[in-house]
Amino acid sequence: MNIALLLEMAAQAAPDRVGLVCDGKRWTYGELDKAARGACELIRASGASHVALLDESSEAAVIALFGAALAGVPYCPLNYRLADADLGVLLGRIAPALVIGDVDRVRRLAGDDGHTAYPRSEFTLAALEAVADEFAEHDPGLGVAIQLFTSGTTAAPKAAILAHSNLVSYILGTVEFGAAEEDEATLVSVPPYHIAGIAALASSIYAQRRIVLLPAFAPEDWLKLVDAEKVSNAFVVPTMLGRIIQALEKGVKADISSLRAIAYGGGKMPLELIRQALDLFPDTAFTNAYGLTETSSTIALLGPDEHRAAHRSDDPKVQARLASVGIPLPTIELEIRDEDGRVLPPGQAGEIYVRGDQVSGQYKEKSALDAEGWFPTRDAGYLDEDGYLFLAGRADDVIVRGGENISPGEIEDLLLTHPAIADVAAVAVPSLEWGEAVGIAVVVRGGMDQPEAEELKAMVRARLRSSRVPEVVRYFPTLPYNEMGKLLRREVKALLAS
Amino acid sequence: MKPGSRIKSAACASEAVVIKYTGGTIECGGLPMAEHAAGDGTPVAGFDGGTVMGKRYVDADGTVELLCVKPGKGSFALNGVALLLKEAKPLPASD
Repeated sequence: MNIALLLEMAAQAAPDRVGLVCDGKRWTYGELDKAARGACELIRASGASHVALLDESSEAAVIALFGAALAGVPYCPLNYRLADADLGVLLGRIAPALVIGDVDRVRRLAGDDGHTAYPRSEFTLAALEAVADEFAEHDPGLGVAIQLFTSGTTAAPKAAILAHSNLVSYILGTVEFGAAEEDEATLVSVPPYHIAGIAALASSIYAQRRIVLLPAFAPEDWLKLVDAEKVSNAFVVPTMLGRIIQALEKGVKADISSLRAIAYGGGKMPLELIRQALDLFPDTAFTNAYGLTETSSTIALLGPDEHRAAHRSDDPKVQARLASVGIPLPTIELEIRDEDGRVLPPGQAGEIYVRGDQVSGQYKEKSALDAEGWFPTRDAGYLDEDGYLFLAGRADDVIVRGGENISPGEIEDLLLTHPAIADVAAVAVPSLEWGEAVGIAVVVRGGMDQPEAEELKAMVRARLRSSRVPEVVRYFPTLPYNEMGKLLRREVKALLAS
Repeated sequence: MKPGSRIKSAACASEAVVIKYTGGTIECGGLPMAEHAAGDGTPVAGFDGGTVMGKRYVDADGTVELLCVKPGKGSFALNGVALLLKEAKPLPASD
């Protein structure tokens, strides 16, 4: 089934209902559907092999996503924050494409690649004018709907592909059609090239929950938009939540009483921050979502009641779940396996494997699925005895010291309890004796004295095993993160090696 | 009848997308559904319960699943046996 049917259904059921608000302009489901049909004509006429978005979030993301789907061409939103050299390579990999957004940059970086480029407003106008008769044959949706380049925090970007069937399975499995009340609105502030940004568009349209776009996140703007649009739902990455709370504490005035639910994901949520948020918003439903690009977004959820139960509980086991990513979705299978592929029992950490209709696990270059269709996520984690999933870092981030596997998370979690440490990353550093050893990059909390390296080593030695004691301790004003709040461990490694 | 294909009722306005199909005759309002069927709005008695937009319908053995993409007065069946509404377990919005 073609994902464009999700929009068509919303447009059929409620053509005049507002489906999207961006920069004060309101789009009904009928208008979005019409524009997507017109975009399909533009895409077909251009002969493009891909449709790319090189732009911040706007109505053009919806129109391009579903227009590309109708035309049977992969939609490939690009990270406009990439450096010229990196972006030029990606543009070359999707040529010839119909690119929407930064036309000058496309011409400058890939002028000879045969791309057709439109500025955003010209694209939406042209799409609305290009609508053919209603009975145009559209793509049946048996192929690729979306191509997303992975962020490449550990290696060169891979082209992950999602079939129509993956995304449709995810939406039908998790969203009830038209379930949203007319007053519900969801604030989307994640970038359009992130799987969470794409899933948010598709889920909200199918639920008929009005999408309110915030193209460039700033906490004050986020709060004002919640107030102005009476937003009921929002998805944030943990860093955004932290900045929103800071802005409220600084006294930014906004009536956010309409906000009923906040979902978060995309990076590790500090325990302290979620506890603070639960206290500060006692009536808000918090949901933690864990997922990957390759799994069409969410595969495990910690729901609102579980957040409150864990926050209130005196039972350490229940309390600990606040740091989990909840229970795997009923529509997927999930296993923890050791290095030899054996399934591990509860409590033992290994690599997370998933299988299900929403799981693609395909890259343009190759499939990552095993013979039985399981996708190795490269995320490490374990399940507790009641089935709650806990993450333990990326499998690629494991430090291998003399054959012993060390998870950076346990060292970081311990050091973060030091009052003078604001942030810390543990990564592998080369060691003549051990092959790899632990190195730490430390950010000292403002106004505090820098703790001695010996003090930190002693802290690790006292609480963890001696193999975890860092051989290299360096101090930095900040650590490198990408815009989604993901720590760039590759860069930390380079900092410590230099 | 391939998964992904869109089929129409010969008895009413209902349309469905085939999510899963392993065999048999899919009907609506008592008549076989097809890609180019057109209904006159009079389903056969017993198959006139109506279809609901966005709901999924399955048979008891799970061999067939339809998604209703346009509602109508007929009801879906497989080989003369009415399909059942697939109960969805609501999940909190996560994105």
